[in-house]
Formats: sequence, structure tokens, C-alpha cells
Amino acid sequence: MIILQNIGAYFIMLSKVFVRFTRWSVMKELIIREVDSLIIRSIGIVSFISFFVGGVVAIQTALNLTNPLLPKNLIGFATRQSVILEFAPTFISVIMAGKVGSYITSSIGTMRVTEQIDALKVMGINTYNYLIFPKIIALLFYPFVITISMFLGIIGGYAASIYGGFCSSGDFIEGIQLEFIPYHVSYAFVKTAFFAFILATVPSYHGYFLKGGALEVGKASTTSFVWTSVLIIVTNYIITQLLLTG
Amino acid sequence: MIVVDKLCKSFNGVEVLNDVSTQFEKGKTNLIIGQSGSGKTVLLKSILGLYSIDSGQIFFEDRSLQKMNNQERSVLRQEMGMVFQGSALFDSMTVEENIMFPMRMLTKKSPEEMLSRANEVIKRVNLINSNKKLPSEISGGMQKRVAIARAIVMNPKYLFCDEPNSGLDPKTSTLIDNLIQEITKEYGITTVINTHDMNSVMEIGEKVLFLENGYKGWEGTNLEVFKTENEAVANFIYSSNLFKKVREVYQKEN
Repeated sequence: MIILQNIGAYFIMLSKVFVRFTRWSVMKELIIREVDSLIIRSIGIVSFISFFVGGVVAIQTALNLTNPLLPKNLIGFATRQSVILEFAPTFISVIMAGKVGSYITSSIGTMRVTEQIDALKVMGINTYNYLIFPKIIALLFYPFVITISMFLGIIGGYAASIYGGFCSSGDFIEGIQLEFIPYHVSYAFVKTAFFAFILATVPSYHGYFLKGGALEVGKASTTSFVWTSVLIIVTNYIITQLLLTG
Repeated sequence: MIVVDKLCKSFNGVEVLNDVSTQFEKGKTNLIIGQSGSGKTVLLKSILGLYSIDSGQIFFEDRSLQKMNNQERSVLRQEMGMVFQGSALFDSMTVEENIMFPMRMLTKKSPEEMLSRANEVIKRVNLINSNKKLPSEISGGMQKRVAIARAIVMNPKYLFCDEPNSGLDPKTSTLIDNLIQEITKEYGITTVINTHDMNSVMEIGEKVLFLENGYKGWEGTNLEVFKTENEAVANFIYSSNLFKKVREVYQKEN
């Protein structure tokens, strides 16, 4: 019952985000600030993780290719497929649920407990639009982060393969071009768009409707991470079923 | 003037305000007092429209809050200023930006006009050399001054203060009380203050409403409150030893 109430409240919140817009001169600044907080400041950690996980994928693939009949270019092929199809869009989004999601929940939640949201309401401001809309717009740049992740994941795989002596540069490059299906990239970016919306709105919901004090801000951040991750995983399954089968 | 008529409000079936009727007069500092949990903040937030009420009406002059459409409510909100208990300043903005914020959001003034008006109210609340500081870099008393400056920057008709001197030392509390009263007189504002500070009642309580368990327990002025025979009010006021002594001295002298 509580879950149904939460789902209802979430959609009511969404309906209020897109009405009574904050004036553009203010909104512009809010969007720039959110792009900086949510996108630019995430690039470092995403790059670091992507490079090394790409490397690990390549090493593990290489170590499993025990049959000498299997071509070495499969290392590049498997790295590309794993990174583009799953690692970059989904795994990075779950990491971002922790980084960006908890930031969104705690920042809005703190505004709630310190009555800053009430202060905005008293001024007659649509707090849903003021607080949540800039985050949704900022996360339109999220595919840019995922593109970097894809690129660095493959570079990481390349570096690990070459410097680990698992295959030659030519084999790896041949592998990443092998049976390339551009639709897989489209599929990855469709997923990314859905995940971006979840990343912007679910943590906002948990922060906005927070009740209590500082302790609850911490609890809400954890709950927000759990639900954002769950939704990302479930959405991933549904989109994969819809776009890659049949 | 604000008129509250038979206001009832409950949360999950628990009645918090019951049949409360009163009026808050223009140009006066109207105080709501009562113990913690008596419904003071709920009454204030109901008047502000932050809580929807179960029954009754709230009138701003002759305009009923309950009968207003969204557009009318937006106009009314521009006539309101609010000083929250914890100041509720925006952490990421400087003092100056906090004060200019309502103008940025609600008016079409140029940046120069906004800055000029902000400096005017900054001067009025006696904030010195703090324009570029963040709220975390100034004291609690200064934060309250910034909150008051932000509340009055739009020339409101109605000023609401939720425990404006909580967490402040007695001297700063008195300064804040006096500042609110001066501003009320100067601009002819209807000011409603939520407090349980008896010094504020003595200093600036031109009209005092006492709430007891969600009911209106008593109302009068700061001169009447110390003479009242209402047991609940007397128990509330004279729970402090200081005020017991004041009463003893007063009774001896009279």
C-alpha cells in the first residue's frame, strides 16, 4: 500500500515539475550549476572506473580463451560488446545512483529540513520546477558521460591487452571492429536516456518528501540509492527485452 | 489585517487546531504564544497557506485564502514575508544574493535596481560588511537579520516570524524584537510572531494570542497578560522563576 502511495506521489510530483516555470534568467544559472555538479564533477570517477573495468574485462576474456583455435581478436570484440551494451550504460548508472543520487537527495533533503523549501513556497515559487527541472535538464548531458565511459572502457581494455601481452594491437583493433552493429549503440543510448531520467527524479522525490532531521537525510540518501538502483536494473531488463529480442 | 475564523486542522485524525478564531491587526506586532506542541507553528503555516486546513477561513483584508485561485494566491504570496525559525537562508548564496532572491524571482527590476534595494534593506537591518559572505560565515543573530531583510525586501503587507529569537542570546533577542517592531511600525505591516519567549511578549506583544492544546486559550495585550486570571496563561507565564519574582515585586508595589 505504501509503495502504491509512493508511486502515486512520484507521478504527481512529476506532473508539477513541468508547470509554472521559473523565469529563464534564474533557471539558466540553476541548469549550469547542476550540469557542473551532476555531469562535469562525475567525469573523473566515471573515467577512472571505466578505464580499469575495461581492462579487467579484457584480461578476464583473454584468460578464458584457452582454446588455441579461438582468434585473439575475440578479446577486443568481447570488451567492446561488454562495455557498450552493459558496462557503460548500466554499471556506470548504478554507480551514478550512489554518487549523483545521494547528492540530489541530500541537497534537496537538507533544504527540506532547514525550511528552505518552505521559504521558496512562501515566495510563491513552484518548488518542484525550481528544484527538480534543472536536474532533469542537466542529466540530458548524461549520454556524454556514458560516451566517455564507452571510449575509456575500450581504451582500458586495449591497454590491458597490449601491456599484459594477451594480444597484439592489430588483433584488438580488428576485434573491436568485428561484426559491429550500430543499433547496439542506439540501444545503449536509449537505455541511458531512461536511466538519466530515473537518476534525476527518483532521488529528488526522496529528498523532497523527506520528513525529520539530519538523521533522516542520511537514511533518505541510502533509500534513494537502493530504489534508484532497483529501478535502473528493472528498466534495463525491460528495455533489453523490448529492443534486443524479437 | 488578517482574520482567522473558526480554523480547524488535524493530522492523521489528530486535531492540532480546534475552532481557532482571532484577528491580527495592521501596524501591530501580533504574538502567538503557547507551549511546544500547542499548535503555534501549524497556525502560522496554515495562515501562510503551507498547510491546507480542514475547515474555517482565513481572510487577508477582505480576501479569503480558501476562495483564492492559484493566480490570486501568487499575488498574495508576493505580499508576504516570512522569517523562519532557523532563518532558512539559501546556503549556496551570499547574503546579498539571498536578499535579492525574491526580487530576481518575482520582479522585472534591473540588477542595479535590485542591488540598490538590497543595500537599502541591508542598511535598515544594520548588517555591516557582510554582503559577500555566505550564511555559514555569519553569526546566528546576523542570519536572523538577513532573514528579516529578505522578508521585507519586497515591501510586504504581512510579515510572519516563527520564533525569530530562538537560539539567540538575550541581548541579540531584544535587538531582533525591537527591529521587527520598528519595521512593523515604519512600513505599516501586519506582523505575526510565533514565540514562547516571555521577554518578547513583554517588549513587543501589542496583541497576544495564547494557544492551549490547539484551542484559543486567551487573547489580550502585553499589559493585560501579566494581570490575567486565566490559569493556563498564568501557569505558562509564571513557569519561569524570573517572572514569578517580577510578579511578586509587581504585587508588592501595587
